[in-house]
Amino acid sequence: MSAAAQLEQTGILPEDAPVLRVEGVTKDFPGVRALDDVTLELRRHEVLGLVGENGAGKSTLLKVLAGVTPSDSGRIVVRGAPATYHNVAGAQRTGIGMVFQDQALIPNVTVAENIMLGAEGGAVRRGLYRWRELNRRAQVQLDKIKARVSPGALTESLSFAERQLVELAKVLGIEERIDAEPIVLLDEPTTVLEREEIETLFAQIERLRTCASVIFVSHRLDEVLGVSDRVYVMRDGKCVAELDPKTSDVHELHLIMVGRGLSESYYQEAEQREPEPAEPRLSVQGLTLPRHYENVSFDVLPGEVMGIAGVQGSGREDVCRTLFGALAQKSGQILLDGRPARLASPAEAVQAGIGYVPADRRSEGIIGQMSVAENMTLAHIWRVLRGLVIDRGAEDRLAREWIDRLAIKVPSHRAQAGNLSGGNQQKLSLAKWLVSDRLKVLVLDHPTRGLDVGAKAEVYALVRQLSDRGLAMVLLSDTLEETIALSHRIIVMKDGEIVDRLDAPASAKPTQVAVVEKMV
Amino acid sequence: MTVNVGVSAAPARSPWQGRAAEFARTRGSLIALIVLVVAFTAGNPRFVSLQNIHSIADAAAIVAVVAVGQTFVILMGAIDLSVEGVMSVSGVTISLLVANDRNSLDLGLLAIPVVLALGALIGFAAGVANTRLRIPSFMATLGFWAIGLGAATVLFGGSPPIIEQQSFLDIGLGHIFGFTKISYIALAVVLFAWVLQRYTRFGRYAYVIGGDESVARLSGINVDRYKILIFTFSGTMFALASILATSELGVGDANTGTGYLFTAITAVVIGGTLLSGGRGGIMQTLIGSLVIAVIVNGMILVGINPLAQQGIEGAIILLAVALTGWPLRRPLRVIK
Repeated sequence: MSAAAQLEQTGILPEDAPVLRVEGVTKDFPGVRALDDVTLELRRHEVLGLVGENGAGKSTLLKVLAGVTPSDSGRIVVRGAPATYHNVAGAQRTGIGMVFQDQALIPNVTVAENIMLGAEGGAVRRGLYRWRELNRRAQVQLDKIKARVSPGALTESLSFAERQLVELAKVLGIEERIDAEPIVLLDEPTTVLEREEIETLFAQIERLRTCASVIFVSHRLDEVLGVSDRVYVMRDGKCVAELDPKTSDVHELHLIMVGRGLSESYYQEAEQREPEPAEPRLSVQGLTLPRHYENVSFDVLPGEVMGIAGVQGSGREDVCRTLFGALAQKSGQILLDGRPARLASPAEAVQAGIGYVPADRRSEGIIGQMSVAENMTLAHIWRVLRGLVIDRGAEDRLAREWIDRLAIKVPSHRAQAGNLSGGNQQKLSLAKWLVSDRLKVLVLDHPTRGLDVGAKAEVYALVRQLSDRGLAMVLLSDTLEETIALSHRIIVMKDGEIVDRLDAPASAKPTQVAVVEKMV
Repeated sequence: MTVNVGVSAAPARSPWQGRAAEFARTRGSLIALIVLVVAFTAGNPRFVSLQNIHSIADAAAIVAVVAVGQTFVILMGAIDLSVEGVMSVSGVTISLLVANDRNSLDLGLLAIPVVLALGALIGFAAGVANTRLRIPSFMATLGFWAIGLGAATVLFGGSPPIIEQQSFLDIGLGHIFGFTKISYIALAVVLFAWVLQRYTRFGRYAYVIGGDESVARLSGINVDRYKILIFTFSGTMFALASILATSELGVGDANTGTGYLFTAITAVVIGGTLLSGGRGGIMQTLIGSLVIAVIVNGMILVGINPLAQQGIEGAIILLAVALTGWPLRRPLRVIK
């Protein structure tokens, strides 16, 4: 007997029936088929891992399920009944809630207001708030995941991890509204979390298992394998494999995701050349900003990559912001090619020959509405100025040259930068600095964040090339593996101070354990 | 307008800095008010006389009513520039609906709800233009400013209608315990708006929309509906302010609203409500309105050349806004 038939007869769903079935869902965006006849099912109290390269369709699938984007064809069956919703509120009434990639909380209102937002129910009567009732109801949701967050707290005063908990609590509120266990969609919630926060989150997913069914999208394959009951692999908009985590490993997932395995040459370590002894290109001496970092000193030679390892709050981010003139130090100095540099603002840092590739390329690296060519000359407009006017011809030539040199995939150099894929946007945000012949130092702030395996490999290759070109680089990275593989030398920061310095030549890379021991 | 760029751009700030900035934004205007009162009292002790306090309250009253309407609009991240247009057409209309020397309509005090409805209607139309025609609030309300002013000019017809309704004139001229009736009405409006802000969906959703509109939409909130409601409310407040001003004036005038746009927005901003939306509130707007009234009144009392007063007022206001926002300065903070 089918689940739907049984539901009709008895009014209850059999225990092992899927709570959610996706049947042949297809979604086209202009020029690309984001979802191609996707079929999958989610069982009760199951954690379903969804992995794939960037652009494989994971996020699109979640958005279709959450009611953010309509699908073109196919159907979604929730608890045996075909779903008809076409917006987020409708999806929630069906019992599907999503925790979005970029946290979807209102910063300036209380935790309780966020949790109950748009679904205040009896906590708001005739437009009037009953705060005590609102806080009580929010507390019920927070208790489900044992979150120690006060419903009355202002949301922006919370840490990232606490806000993540509030998001989960918000989604779990669906349960009371529809009188059924919710289906929770988690989209890459771990990308900007530090190790400890990741562990908290995975503990939460374990807890969710008892009161919800979860679809979990992540790039952290080992964690996906650890927490999931089943794993679907997506590639080019299709579900290409269903795996049992107990019998699979990360290597196998990589193979299926990219159609090839990760080879030894992934980080192109063989391409790493040791810098010639020379005067340091960048010299940081006794840099101090109370409560941020203390007495930070290091030298970076031409062609050298200096990795800075450290957990959140170690001060490494602030040191990089100071290098780029976005945060002023209290004392200490920065020398470029032996001369003291005044870096009171990003504009002065650019003048001095420092480039900064930000972690959040969409909001800080590129300007989405501008063309690829315009983005490239953004920081160095003087390269294409003739008198007071921009020489379009020169700009075009420059853009075409760098599109070729970095193999940026664009329909034309006049295409809108916002339409490029993540990897190509990152190359563009690098090119923005490389067009300058004055560039001496490049600060790479999580240069591969959110990129898929293929795009990461291309960024690594680029870093090697730039190193050959004699550029000094300072690297902050999401993973230790990446830091160790790319860097010539590594400094480890903890609580604002440098606690260790390690050499990392291609022939003798330190182990991750050696670095972690100093970090925490 | 100020926009805070993404989390990673904002340098990590010490809790102390964060608290100082928050303190300056929420309490800066109160401190400015106290400093001004002390300074002007030092310049002329009569500044704190009961009589002068009555006149400051009266001067702040109508500005406060306009600013209350404006506060909700700014909280949700929009702006309402239709103030002077709505006030002008409301002022002329009320003078023509009560007993007057121009026509014999004579609706009596029933004219008041009629004109409030007119203001609400203009606000509603601005809200619809903003949400349905997708015209930015800046432009949509600028249009209704001109439309309101144009309608007022037509109705005005060259000479001011003189109001003969004594019960209406009493609103503007009457006193209770020394304070004008208008001061009490303004205080009631502020308290009512505070309840709206604190305890109603209308008020809370103004914060929510100003905080992050797309999240509000993703949460299934009918954002457009609340935006239209908020513009309707601001239009009603502008009409109310105009009714109060006209009852003081005794004649219908197409220039009733002149100057109120600048003063009201300044009151909101000095109070510490951010033009980017989401932060601030009614009580801060009340203090902002008082700061402006104190500046204007104090300059007269300490004997500053009347011809220079407006320029000095502008300079003091810029100074006050700059000081209030000082601890919020950061190298990468975008100000538009």
